[in-house]
Amino acid sequence: MTWYDVYAIFQGAVFTVAISLASIVIGLPLGLGFALIRWSRIPVLDRIVVVYVSVIRASPAVTLALLIFFALPVVGISMGAVTAAIVTLTLSTATFNTEIWRGALMSFPSDQLESARAFGMPRALRFRRIVFPQILHSALPALVNEMTLQVKSSPAIAVLGLVDITRAASRVGARTYDPLPPFVVALVLYSLIVAVFVMSQRFIERRRAAELEAAR
Amino acid sequence: MNGLAIVWDNRGVLLAGFANTLTLSFVAAVVSLLLGTLLAMALMARAKPVRLVATLYVDAMRCVPFLLLAYLIYYGLPSFGIRMSNWTSGLIALIVYNIAYMAELLRAAWSNLSKESIEAGHAFGFHGLKLVRRIILPPVFFAAVPMIGNQTIQIVKDSAFLTIIAVAELTQAAMAIQTTYFVPFASFVAAIALYWITCMAIETGVAFVGRAARTRQ
Repeated sequence: MTWYDVYAIFQGAVFTVAISLASIVIGLPLGLGFALIRWSRIPVLDRIVVVYVSVIRASPAVTLALLIFFALPVVGISMGAVTAAIVTLTLSTATFNTEIWRGALMSFPSDQLESARAFGMPRALRFRRIVFPQILHSALPALVNEMTLQVKSSPAIAVLGLVDITRAASRVGARTYDPLPPFVVALVLYSLIVAVFVMSQRFIERRRAAELEAAR
Repeated sequence: MNGLAIVWDNRGVLLAGFANTLTLSFVAAVVSLLLGTLLAMALMARAKPVRLVATLYVDAMRCVPFLLLAYLIYYGLPSFGIRMSNWTSGLIALIVYNIAYMAELLRAAWSNLSKESIEAGHAFGFHGLKLVRRIILPPVFFAAVPMIGNQTIQIVKDSAFLTIIAVAELTQAAMAIQTTYFVPFASFVAAIALYWITCMAIETGVAFVGRAARTRQ
């Protein structure tokens, strides 16, 4: 294995990070939206969300990617491999995010909502000022955990012919007939990515603890 | 729809793949739960080196994506003279990967166990392995049933990755039908429907065991 091979796997890492971040950035608010639909019990829509979460949560990312890339053109929606990959990962992460946000919303203390209502706060303001800042912190650990799971399921997009860390490493292995070194490089890169997520979560939690301490 | 008719005509292929997915997932779930129990005991062991090695294994598995491990076992082990079919490699990858997750969720349930029952066990003269087997593990398993169910669903989903190393499982079967007859929509929707049914069945089973556990108490 040459330095160029390491560089090739590193490029795969850039792709893995980019595609994971894209799906996380879209998937977080999407999940929140779905969770709010269920929380406020909007008729019909909330049933649709229940079925969506149940089906997508059960489908493997590989199968979902194949469905979106090969099958949606049949019904007139066609997209490139990169878009299909982002859509796949976004749809699957959004289902898990929905459940996490919903859990945080369900355990939100109702007396706070009632007192906000008593002060005459409109619904949107109530959510923005009272509910959201608090559920963001209570949902954070589970959300970060889901992000790391998301990074780990991203190799599924290999079936669309995209080159991420895993695919790049297996290519180097196939060419040099020595698969172990590229896989070790890949393992180190994945560990680094996961570590960045976990460390930023700890940083945010520490800052939050300091804020709460200062407010006291 | 015409596509669904074609998939129905080829239901033999799809169901063979489905049977393969179920076999792989079932064997992987049972074996990884059994070996995961041993690893959980190592995670909770008093001897520090044992605990350290077990923690290292769990942490390593939590950093690797499943596909990378499957590649490593399928392409990497032959360099050490160990050759296995893709089916066996896939099954071993599923087991090796999920032992760590099973052990970790059992450990979590174990550390939530009340001190009193363990102390009561001591008082009744239970020690060592007998204490673990008779006093600790039964409530740990009952508490962990929902998590074990979730992990089993994860195993079913992970098994779809094995299509990339050409294991003839459900996704591979759907892919085979789609490449022969070009009916991508019907074949992948059928595959996802089968995955969905499997997960619903697992969730129903978990709810059933949960109810049984509550009535037993």
